[in-house]
Amino acid sequence: MPHDRFPLSSVVSAILLVLGLWADAPAAERLKLATTTSTENSGLLDRLHPAFERKRGVRVHAIAVGTGKALRLGRNGDVDVVLVHARKAEELFVARGYGVRRRSVMYNDFVIVGPASDPAGVSGVFDAGEALRRIRNSGSLWFSRGDDSGTHRKEMQLWEKAGVGAFGPWYRALGQGMGRTLMAADEKGAYAITDRGTYIALAAKGRISLEIQGPRGKRLHNPYSAIAVNPERHPHVKFGLAVKYIDFLTSAEGQRIIRDFRLMGRPLFYPDAKEAR
Amino acid sequence: MEYLLEGFADGLMRALQADPQVMRAAWVTVKIGFAATILASFLGLPAGFLLATARFRGRGLAITLLQTSLGLPTVVIGLLAYGFLSRRGPLGFADLLFTPSAIVIGLVVLAIPLVAVFSMTSVASVDERARETALTLGASGRLAAWTVLREARFGLAAAVLAAFGRVSSEVGIAMMLGGNVEGYTRTLTTAIALESMKGEFGFGIALGAVLLAIILAANLLSRFIQRL
Repeated sequence: MPHDRFPLSSVVSAILLVLGLWADAPAAERLKLATTTSTENSGLLDRLHPAFERKRGVRVHAIAVGTGKALRLGRNGDVDVVLVHARKAEELFVARGYGVRRRSVMYNDFVIVGPASDPAGVSGVFDAGEALRRIRNSGSLWFSRGDDSGTHRKEMQLWEKAGVGAFGPWYRALGQGMGRTLMAADEKGAYAITDRGTYIALAAKGRISLEIQGPRGKRLHNPYSAIAVNPERHPHVKFGLAVKYIDFLTSAEGQRIIRDFRLMGRPLFYPDAKEAR
Repeated sequence: MEYLLEGFADGLMRALQADPQVMRAAWVTVKIGFAATILASFLGLPAGFLLATARFRGRGLAITLLQTSLGLPTVVIGLLAYGFLSRRGPLGFADLLFTPSAIVIGLVVLAIPLVAVFSMTSVASVDERARETALTLGASGRLAAWTVLREARFGLAAAVLAAFGRVSSEVGIAMMLGGNVEGYTRTLTTAIALESMKGEFGFGIALGAVLLAIILAANLLSRFIQRL
């Protein structure tokens, strides 16, 4: 009875199978980038990274999370470089010594979006604060990311500036990324704030029917920066490669790729690497 | 429904035409799923066998703990493992975070209780006379144990298959510990999560169909092995 032996051979082959599966670990050196969902979900990184990877013979591993978490990963030394959008938090990140070599890379703007019928009547409003007050007073729904992302931080600043401190049942903090928040707002006829890039990416494909409702006046600037994780705090990070990556993003080539990146003929980001810090 | 069907048909076409991104996500899923299932079986099957056959102090407590940990949410496992694997954590030096190995570690923790509890029940349900008969016929203790295992083989295979289904359909651990890096740690489930964020619902469902096909293939493979 062959079955009556201990199945040593199958145990050995199982071990060999696991080892064999693991033999294809990445050959190229990898640079770990923590970035926001807006850069990854829009498809911009798929344009930017192949050019850099070819040039340097490395792989860029993009981990797309909210800005708050991206900065936290950088602070913990779990990534080599971050590409984020929250000026105040970035400045703090550098001031506390978590990151160095911050460079502006690109920008777009935040817009307030809502149902085409615009029940709160904000589409002609000049000032973002006034638009928010009208939404609050109209009894319309407002969907917030509620996730400590760059967009969420911007939203909280705007509410503060608008003098709205108390939120009622009209205000829903979803704890979701930008894409899911926009789709939820679309389903429920709610207003929301979004970066223009994510809005275009979804609207261009007909995924949402929300419309940009303002503000008419001064644009709500949304600048993105790249920061290398400080090698003095985390000696293991690939600082040299991180600097080369930031140099690439801010080089003529990187800036051209950002400028030429369009969805349905509309630009999503504008190059912004004038000022070096 | 049209928008769903359209994306689903389109996604299935992409998958069937061996779209490289779909194929890479499927491969990462298979690789991680196999590794986690095999490792969890190595630890979980003996534990289940021991709990079913041996009598020792703390056995009841161990069973209760295992059965409770069946309800452990995957995001909690992900968070705990992140704490250990982060550069600031005790295992940070190994640089495992955002690698396939990190996902496997989390999934093994998820699957061990499953394998142990399932195999414990199936071994416990084997008629005690099977072991006694083997011993009477002159079998050694080890051989008698092997007889019991053979009697329980369908239950044990079910335990291993349930573990494979669980780990390859899991998303929280894969997302938190793998980081959803395309072509490296992007599994079918994290790809589905990404597509749903992008509003590509139909394509996401097509990826789900690919995942089900993989689990079906594992089931067929298991039936084939049991017939050998």
